[in-house]
Amino acid sequence: MINEISRPSYERRAMISVEDLHKRFGSQDVLKGVSLSAHCGDVISILGSSGSGKSTLLRCMNLLEYPSAGRIIVNRAEIRMKRDKTGNLRPVDQPELRRMRSKIAMVFQHFHLWPHLTVLQNVAHAPIHVLGLGKREAEARGRAYLDKVGLAPHLETRYPAHLSGGQQQRVAIARALAMEPEVLLFDEPTSSLDPELVAEVLKVMHGLAAEGRTMIVVTHEMNFARSVSSEVVFLHEGRIEEQGKPEDIFVNSSSTRLRKFLSAA
Amino acid sequence: MIDVFSEYWRVYLYTDGYQFTGLVITIWLFFFSVVIGSILAVPMAIARNADNPFLSRSVWLYTYVFRGTPLFVQLLLCYTGIFSLEIIRNHELTNAFFRDGMHCALLAFVLNTCAYTTEIFAGAIRTTPAGEIEAGLAAGMSKFQLYWHVILPSALRRSLPSYSNEVILVFHSTSVAFAATVPDLLKVARDVNSATYQSFAAFGIAFLIYTGITFVLVWLFRQAENRWLAYLKPQND
Repeated sequence: MINEISRPSYERRAMISVEDLHKRFGSQDVLKGVSLSAHCGDVISILGSSGSGKSTLLRCMNLLEYPSAGRIIVNRAEIRMKRDKTGNLRPVDQPELRRMRSKIAMVFQHFHLWPHLTVLQNVAHAPIHVLGLGKREAEARGRAYLDKVGLAPHLETRYPAHLSGGQQQRVAIARALAMEPEVLLFDEPTSSLDPELVAEVLKVMHGLAAEGRTMIVVTHEMNFARSVSSEVVFLHEGRIEEQGKPEDIFVNSSSTRLRKFLSAA
Repeated sequence: MIDVFSEYWRVYLYTDGYQFTGLVITIWLFFFSVVIGSILAVPMAIARNADNPFLSRSVWLYTYVFRGTPLFVQLLLCYTGIFSLEIIRNHELTNAFFRDGMHCALLAFVLNTCAYTTEIFAGAIRTTPAGEIEAGLAAGMSKFQLYWHVILPSALRRSLPSYSNEVILVFHSTSVAFAATVPDLLKVARDVNSATYQSFAAFGIAFLIYTGITFVLVWLFRQAENRWLAYLKPQND
């Protein structure tokens, strides 16, 4: 009961929000005004067919993609942006952008580990060079997170190419965690894995959600979205078509597009 | 060949009694050309890929000129050409520099190898997978950190195989240095040839020494690739 009372003020703190986000690639409108907030402890799954703009939305959140219009607010501070020659919004203050990015870690579909670095070096790299940690401290932290994602200690001296896809993605998750971020962004983290390797990655993500981490996950894993998310967002042609608790989306939705998408998935 | 070598080995390897000659000069010229040229090539390669068109085009022009003309011509221009200019001789510093054939040879070789190495590094930087860069950006790296901790370590490693070719070519190219009166290995061989008329022995010795050094270079680069490109090799355990 005490929990119930004390939770809301803490949990409702918005970690990252986007407001009326637009993104145009050439003549193509990929995002047509999307607003979304992730509060502390939220696990938001973003669903949608290919081309619906879900990856673009995620990539706009840490400004790997510059939006055409809209606002991005991280920890109640809006990222100041200015329109550039191509019509996109560009962050004004680079140090501010880097601080923001270091608090929002991203896990990519194709892992994007640094191939010339060993597993441990991959995980310790950004903490050393971005957060300024000492090598020993960063490696200790890296080992702790490699352990957390269930990677055997003897693999820490391997290079990424010498690991399975599932292992690589778990290293990538450990690398993201080693930044001790406030929000984790997952861009289709299991889409490039062999079916039998998907489970090991989803298990790690389950664990992270259970810890109360704030996560935004672009995914095709309906079971994950349904069982883990606190909120599910269905994107269709650059707009949010449906949004709500998993049961609202998977059971009670009246949107024919969503029903069609779910029956195809 | 053995009798020629037993008489002239000192000249071939390091001295004619008055100055350094032969292999020592060749290696000196080779080593400093490669080291200076490669160090300069790193910022040049970054500039070659810069967004600023003035920067990238100037580097492009430089590499175009020095890769588009024969090294021998560049050397003659550096040594004979530049020194024939009045302004050069009238200034104490430039006069002192260009009077010495060794300086001119080093300058020509540095400019030449730097141009090739710049293009090798620039190509590797350009082909750095976007994902490696995005991973760095997403972690909050600055542009400098991205270059220093991600792009250069990755690109320089990947350029090792073509870079090793360039280094070996520079080593062979030092044999044109005689045109600037540099007493390098080939210059010694020519002198021995005119002194003894034993052409096969005189040039054969130079041939064997060049081969031996090349062998060492190839071996060194294989060690380097084993170490720095281990991540590309299939794993056998």
